[in-house]
Amino acid sequence: MTRLLDITDLHIALPADSQRPYAVQKMELHLEANEILCVVGESGSGKSLTALAVMGLLPKPHVHIAKGSVLFQGEDLTKVSDDRLRQIRGSEISMIFQEPMTALNPVMTIGTQIDEVFRFHDKMPGKERRRRALELLRDVQLPDPEQAIKAYPHELSGGQRQRAMIAMALALDPKILIADEPTTALDVTTQAQVLRLIKEMQAAHGTGVLFITHDFGVVADIADRVAVMQNGLVVETGTTDQVLRTPQHPYTQALIAAVPELTPRPSRARSPEIVMRVNKLEKTYRSGGGLFGGKGRIVHAANDVTFDLARGETLGIVGESGSGKSTVARCIVRLNDAEAGEILLGDTDLRPLGRAAMRPHRSKIQMVFQDPFASLNPRTRIGKIIAQGPIMYGASPEDAKKRTLDLLDIVGLDPRSYDRFPHEFSGGQRQRIGIARALALEPDILVADEPVSALDVSIQAQILNLLDEIRDRMNLSMIFITHDLRVAAQVCDRIAVMQRGEMIEIGPTSTLFASPKETYTRELLAAVPGKDWFLKGSSAQAPAT
Amino acid sequence: MTFWKLFARNRGAVVGLAILILITFMAATAGIFFPEDPFSLAGQSMSPPGENGFLLGSDSLGRDVAAGIAHGAKTSLLIGLLATLVAVCVGIVMGALAGYYGGIIDDLLMRVTEMFQTIPSFIFAILLVAIMKPSIESIVIAIAVVSWPAVARLVRGEFLSLRNREFVQACHTLGMSDIRIMMGEILPNCLSPVIVIGSLMVATAILIESGLAFLGLGDPNIMSWGFQIGAGRTLLRSAWWVCTFPGIAILLTVLAINLVGEGINDALNPRLRERS
Repeated sequence: MTRLLDITDLHIALPADSQRPYAVQKMELHLEANEILCVVGESGSGKSLTALAVMGLLPKPHVHIAKGSVLFQGEDLTKVSDDRLRQIRGSEISMIFQEPMTALNPVMTIGTQIDEVFRFHDKMPGKERRRRALELLRDVQLPDPEQAIKAYPHELSGGQRQRAMIAMALALDPKILIADEPTTALDVTTQAQVLRLIKEMQAAHGTGVLFITHDFGVVADIADRVAVMQNGLVVETGTTDQVLRTPQHPYTQALIAAVPELTPRPSRARSPEIVMRVNKLEKTYRSGGGLFGGKGRIVHAANDVTFDLARGETLGIVGESGSGKSTVARCIVRLNDAEAGEILLGDTDLRPLGRAAMRPHRSKIQMVFQDPFASLNPRTRIGKIIAQGPIMYGASPEDAKKRTLDLLDIVGLDPRSYDRFPHEFSGGQRQRIGIARALALEPDILVADEPVSALDVSIQAQILNLLDEIRDRMNLSMIFITHDLRVAAQVCDRIAVMQRGEMIEIGPTSTLFASPKETYTRELLAAVPGKDWFLKGSSAQAPAT
Repeated sequence: MTFWKLFARNRGAVVGLAILILITFMAATAGIFFPEDPFSLAGQSMSPPGENGFLLGSDSLGRDVAAGIAHGAKTSLLIGLLATLVAVCVGIVMGALAGYYGGIIDDLLMRVTEMFQTIPSFIFAILLVAIMKPSIESIVIAIAVVSWPAVARLVRGEFLSLRNREFVQACHTLGMSDIRIMMGEILPNCLSPVIVIGSLMVATAILIESGLAFLGLGDPNIMSWGFQIGAGRTLLRSAWWVCTFPGIAILLTVLAINLVGEGINDALNPRLRERS
């Protein structure tokens, strides 16, 4: 019997001036009906290009298939005509993307977009098409299909949009579904739901799913078989059990070892010295309204937020997107102005201070940003990026330079980095530079807003270790914002859970993990992908599912 | 890749640059090759090109067309560059303030900008020169006044998108002052589109200057291509060369500047080019 999808000796060539000649080399991969194959790898491993190659969507002519074949039920997709490929796309092989907001057309309703899929591939009357569309939306468990069919993409939440995308992809009952990081942009609880949905739909229709992800937790939850990719090579394939329990290739072993465990770190004694106290912080966002009236929307991004921070401790703030965790961080470093409450640094309340009055206190609280690519000025040399802070506070250029070189050493970068520009560094290195910049002013408090969420797992672990090391060495207090409970478990002494602008639970990490008080905290813990696999020999109790 | 390599990928741009260098050379050496005043009578009037010692002929008053073109090149380039420089500076200041501060300042500055944009630029320039009395300064001012709004809009847009970037916020958390953030951090990141629009504005400025001179609103003491065409337009059928050669000079210069501008654009925004 011919296989559903059979990739043999696939080479995908990159443009001449790229880092390596082939994005994907010597790839051998196959997919059977009714199975989920996960392709795992870090960014740049060629996993997404593989998916595009199967769909015939490579950005030609820069990137093209140099060699090899992609057999779909015995038919070589690298050789078929464009017309045939168009027929296959959508009806036989369909795809869901990472970011549903950009994958859906913003000016068309969900109903019209699903309808298009039917119209292009099948002849059937309009009523029938509408009935089928409604049925699909019901199948993907959208809460109100009648409403959703008339909705525009921006009117749905991220999870709902991804469900609509799945509905579109499954409209014609394809034999293969390619999912390119479909849950990366979603919150953990939504992610868990969408993963479950994909699995259910796959089982119901007997679809073969090619699932691309960087997250071994997701793999553990969903995959039947796994293929691990590194720099364009498939280094290991096998069943999920084999690969996760007995990884053969050193790279797979390293990747699995780098997955942060959901085991809380051993608790440490809390210093009695409180460096910061936040009291009843309030921040609301108003939107809409405008010149001609209309109802504005009011969002309580921070509502009655109260916590304190001891010297040398790391406080994690976790929550889903929109929970207000970033707002709290930004209010503390005074990038946003809170409306009410107190931010006490020592005895000074920072909240009401104006820009000029705030300046002398700025150096005490520094921030590490999320996106290492956006947080460094592309036109400024690394040395200047780090040194400009101390110089502004009156250090002589020589002292600042010496300090910068020290810092580069502390964050593990070559002193030669001093004269380079940010684009010469990888994501992890840039994040190190960001950390060095924040440390240059010798702050008491470091606010880190999702500092590792844009990084690959293996680099994540390094950065987390670095942050830990720095905190101990400089006796800093840290506020660590994250959406990933696994990361929070690694670094935080205490964790505060936020939901809709309120801090609903706060406590030592181990207590919080072992006996969460709030239902929402329990849900968050239960939704962590792959938790059953990665509770490796921990003493912590598994959270109730 | 170096800037030059990227620039040279666009053949047209290299040709444009060559023409531009030639014209600059012509302007620089005008005093050597044509030491006399281009307004002076040099010989037989209405001589066709190549006769009576005139390379490109003479006009109805016996002025040398070739000398006029050489000296006019100086005027055109000078006015083009000066006017653009003034317009870019004003535009950057207005755009930067509007984009960085937003809110009321943005509204105010942008309404002012729109006020300038609603008046057709050439007519506005005529009006300004007519009020101020024609001279090099007034022409430069008039051209700058009608050209800065485009720069302001561009710079404002760039500032709007850059001011919320994390690297700018990082500067805020360091406690950097607004002026330093604007000039030292944001501006260098939006210079490339400004350079591109600026290089194209030079071409527009030359066209406006020629138009003004054609209408007799040029500086009466300075030779200019537009003035030559204006003087020769009544003789178009009997002495075609008087209008034609200055016209070709304008065409070539504007074309060359546009080509160079496009080349700079390709070199500074390489991704834009690959998309097409």
